[in-house]
Formats: sequence, C-alpha cells, structure tokens
Amino acid sequence: MEKIVLPEIENLNQIDVYIAHDGFQSAKKAFAQTPDALIDQVKKSGLRGRGGAAFSAGLKWSFMPKSTDKPKYLCINGDESEPGSFKDRQIFEYNPFQLIEGVIITCYAIGAKVAYLYVRGEYHKWIKLMQNAIDTAYEKGFLGEKMKETFGTQFSCDLFIHKGAGAYICGEESSLMNSIEGYRGYPRVKPPFPAQKGLWGCPTTINNVETITNVPPIISKGWEWFSKIGAPKHPGTILFGISGHVNKPGVYELPSGVLLTDLIYNYAGGVPGNKKIKCVIPGGSSMPPLRGDQLEGVKMDAESLKEVGSAIGTGGVMVMDEDTNLLKVLLRITKFYHHESCGQCTPCREGTSWMEKTLHRILDGHGTSNDLDLLVNVANNIEGNTICALGDAAAWPVKFMITRFRDEFEKYVNPNISLPVPNKVHSMRQTAVPLEDISK
Amino acid sequence: MEFKFTEENLKRIELAREKYPTALAAVMDTVYIAQEQNGYISNEVMEEIANVLGIDKVYVLSVVTFYTMYHTKPMGKYHVQVCTNVSCMLRGAYDIWDQVKGKLGIENMQVTPDGKFSLEEVECMGACGYAPMVAVNEDYFENLTKDKVEEILDSLK
Ligand SMILES: Cc1cc2nc3c(=O)[nH]c(=O)nc-3n(C[C@H](O)[C@H](O)[C@H](O)COP(=O)(O)O)c2cc1C
Ligand code: SF4
Ligand code: FES
Repeated sequence: MEKIVLPEIENLNQIDVYIAHDGFQSAKKAFAQTPDALIDQVKKSGLRGRGGAAFSAGLKWSFMPKSTDKPKYLCINGDESEPGSFKDRQIFEYNPFQLIEGVIITCYAIGAKVAYLYVRGEYHKWIKLMQNAIDTAYEKGFLGEKMKETFGTQFSCDLFIHKGAGAYICGEESSLMNSIEGYRGYPRVKPPFPAQKGLWGCPTTINNVETITNVPPIISKGWEWFSKIGAPKHPGTILFGISGHVNKPGVYELPSGVLLTDLIYNYAGGVPGNKKIKCVIPGGSSMPPLRGDQLEGVKMDAESLKEVGSAIGTGGVMVMDEDTNLLKVLLRITKFYHHESCGQCTPCREGTSWMEKTLHRILDGHGTSNDLDLLVNVANNIEGNTICALGDAAAWPVKFMITRFRDEFEKYVNPNISLPVPNKVHSMRQTAVPLEDISK
Repeated sequence: MEFKFTEENLKRIELAREKYPTALAAVMDTVYIAQEQNGYISNEVMEEIANVLGIDKVYVLSVVTFYTMYHTKPMGKYHVQVCTNVSCMLRGAYDIWDQVKGKLGIENMQVTPDGKFSLEEVECMGACGYAPMVAVNEDYFENLTKDKVEEILDSLK
C-alpha cells in the first residue's frame, strides 16, 4: 500500500534525501500554473480536512477573496490536543519538508505571503525539529526571498512557528487566531468567517497539518490519482492513531474507508488477552462512541462513520476492552472538557461543570436513573447553543455514551429512588435571559 | 525583585517580534523566554515584558493567566507532568499518578520542600499510542511501567 503522507523512506527528514525523492518538484510544477488552477485541482481531488470537520480543502481555499488590498494569511493547525490524536507530530518528525512544500503551494494558491504554523507548546521536541527544517528550507532557498531565484517566480512566502502554551481550545480555528495575535484563546463568533476576517482582520485560511501535507502529491501526481484512493467521497489516506486496549498501538497510514475491525485486529494486533471490545471512540474523544457489537463492517471515512452515528474527527481511534469502566471513562472525558472550556458561553461553562459533578456523584454511589436522563438532557441543551464546537464536543460523549450504553450506566445508579426531575436544565438555558423576563 | 532580560534574550525577543505585524503577537514567545530566564512569571517580570514590547501590562497578565504552561509561582527544578487522559488512563495512568505522588510526597501543583520536584496532572499530551506517559520539563517518557517510572525519577539529580 502506497503511503502519501509518511512514505517509508529512511531519513526523509533530511533535506537532501527529500530532494532526491522529487522534493520541491511539486512546488515547481505549481508555480508554472495559476493559483485558480491549483485550487481547482485540490477541489477535484476531493481532499477533505484532517483536523476534525472533514471540510473540502479546495472549497475552503476558494472562499479567499481574489481582490483585496489587505494581506492574506495561512494558518497551519498543529495544536493536536484532541485526546486520542498523535498524528501531526509524526509529520513534524518524519516528513517536515513535505509539510513545508505544502505550505508553499497553499500560500501561492490562496495568495498568502505569510504562514503561521501553530504547534502546541508541549511539543518542545517537535517544535525544535520543525524549526530546524524551516531554517534549512530558508538556507536552501525554499522559503523567503530566495524562493524567487530557486523557483524562478515572482512569488515568495514566509513560514513562522507560533508556539502554543497549553490550551486545548486554541485548536479551534478562531481561538487559534486570537492566540497568534497575542490574546487569550477565546473563540470568535462566526460569521464573519476567517476567509473574510481572520488574522488581524485579514482574509485567512486555516488547515490542519496533515491536510497541507497531502497537497504536494496531489499537484505532482494529479487529482485523478488522489481521488481514486480509498473511499470515493473522502479520498486519500488517513493517519489513524490507535490507542488504548490494543497490542500494537501507534499511527497507521491507511486508505480511507479501511474497515475498523481491520485496523484494530490486523494492523494494531487485536486486544490484549483476546478480550472482547466494549467500546470504540473512532475519531478522538469528542466523537460519539460505538458499541463493541456495532463494529462489524464499519468503514473509516467521514461518510461511513456518519451513517453509523459517529464521525471521523482526527482519526484517533480509542479502543476499550470488556473490563473497562465506562463511567470512569466518561467522567474523565467530561472533566477534560470542563477544564478546557474557555467559559465564554453559559451552556458550555455551566453545563460541563454540572455534568462532571453529576458523574462524580454517580461514581460515588449516589446516582439515580433520573441523573442519567438529566445528563442527556443537559448535553442536548449544550449542543448547538454555543459559540464554538467545544460545546458539542463536550455534549456528544455524554449523550451518546449514556444512550448507547444505558445498560452499563444503569449498573451504577439506584433504580429505586425516583426524585422529581429538578428544573435545572431549564434554568441553565435561561441564564442569559434578564431576570425580569424569567419572572413573567 | 527587579527583573531585566539578558542581552541574548533581548535579541531573541527582537527575532520573535519580527515574525508578526504587531508587538502584542510576540507576547507568548516573550513570556516563554522570560519563564526560561526567571523560572516563573512574577509581577515584575510581567512589567518588564510589557516594557520591552511596549504594550499594556494588562495584556501580559491576561495571557499569563489563561495558558496553563505559564507559571506564576516557582516550580521545581524538575516539573513532572503525568497524563491521565483516556488513552493513558486505559493503560494504567492513575497507577503511575499515585506512584509519582507517593514517591515525591506532594499533590497536584505542589513543589517538594527542597525545590527539586513539582507535580502536575496534565491533559492529553499527544502521546496516546505510547501510553502511559510522563513528561519531565520538556522531555517525554513513553510506554512506561512502574519500574521505568521509578528509574526515571531516581535518575533526576
Ligand atoms: C475545540 C476544538 C479543538 C480543535 N482542535 C484542533 C486541533 O488540535 N487541530 C486541528 O487541526 N483542528 C482542530 N480543530 C478544528 C479546527 O477548528 C479547524 O476546523 C481545522 O483546523 C481546519 O483544518 P482542516 O479543514 O484542514 O481540517 C478543533 C476544533 C474545535 C472546536
Ligand atoms: S463553547 Fe465553550 S469553549 Fe467554545 S466559546 Fe463557548 S465556552 Fe468557550
Ligand atoms: S491520553 Fe495521554 S497522551 Fe493522549
């Protein structure tokens, strides 16, 4: 099987080796074409974002205004903080120059002269590796002013790393831009969308690291070639990071649409002790979990996972065996979202806090069946009612874990106590409304 | 206590400043540089950052208090971070957490009396496939067992 993002070539992270394997030829080819032609090819290739939402990359690029007197920017999202995701760091480590080449081509296509690579602060080691690669690319004339000579074009662009400092929310694109500008990482209300008003109010495109790394092969080998790999509606390979209860956890680059069971049993070596699987989260901790008896025939691409009631997210697959306490897992997930909520929206701030407390109470043995209904209710009230998608990310695990594993959760609560459902959910929803309205 | 950047760090701040069209955007890099030099971000340090960048101190404060990797009090020489998020938890992270807590004799966000160790329970570090993991200062230690953790902590002098 051909690898597009992480080819198995030794020392590919050395610029000489990268060049010897046709490195920067794709950029050369790109500069001989118009930006619109490139956007068109990426659109037709079917490349979809690898950062979570699986949005068409070419379509996103086409939103950038053609005529503007403002500078344009590209942000490459390497915040990689979604629990279960550890794929972008492989690109920083093993194929940094393909990422850089992707940045050059994307900048040219959207008309950006400056690109910022946002990397989570904890990745000190990978930031150093990436900075070394960028410095080398400048020296060798693949970035900055010297590009003009190297490629014989009028175009040049700069690439800078912006180091995050420990905030999951900065992976959200508008929060990421605030963070680059030097503010707290608070998500912005949309619209306006980044292509209209992004960094410093200028047109901006944000793409994930893996998305951008896919660009050079698409330009050099053609969009038809790319569009035929894997699932037709979500083509290409995906870096699947698999963790939890498997024998060989790690990152596997496989064609989209690969069977989930193949990934778990053939690639990741199955479950230790041949135990049964209770639950799989297929795309990072925000995505709806699947039951172990629901896995047969499930394919790993955006459309197929949507059909079975989940989502591809970042491709971070978390496997839990039959002995896993799902209440503890859900509590840990909820604690995470509560901790990472930026606090701007009441439903997210209060809802995550309340859900965490309730799950704690259940774990302590004081929960009732009503609490389970209430949890689902609160989750429903967060979903769709917030500024950014962290609200949904916090709501989905609670909602789907409890509805899909109700039998499991019933074991931890007292079925006999049936208190009237307190009106908490409604009062939470109303907190943004002035008090006099509530009293009417 | 008064705080001044070293000459070398002033040059690094100048380089950070050149990446962006505004001085404010260089604040995160500058706070990192200050933390490296001073160990933590005190009031005086924030004042000097604001001074050097020519921005209002409010902006520095707002960033320092938002991001978890900036510390407003001294941490240990070795800042031990244990990830307890789901993938690590499934592979025994809470056992490692208890082990480290027990061995160092401190709780989350505390420092040992000799100032050598501090401890933090952290969220997913992007090492889920190599769980459980611990980070010490800037270095990741992955695929851990209790024995390996013991060894790592003993090796920190
Ligand atoms: C709370 C939250 C966290 C996110 N974290 C990341 C992240 O770490 N990396 C990433 O690429 N996208 C992340 N995203 C998605 C980004 O907002 C954005 O959609 C993505 O970077 C776009 O790139 P793509 O179209 O290439 O996928 C996050 C979104 C939300 C709501
Ligand atoms: S949904 Fe949560 S994280 Fe997103 S802006 Fe609102 S409070 Fe902040
Ligand atoms: S869950 Fe521990 S590193 Fe991701």
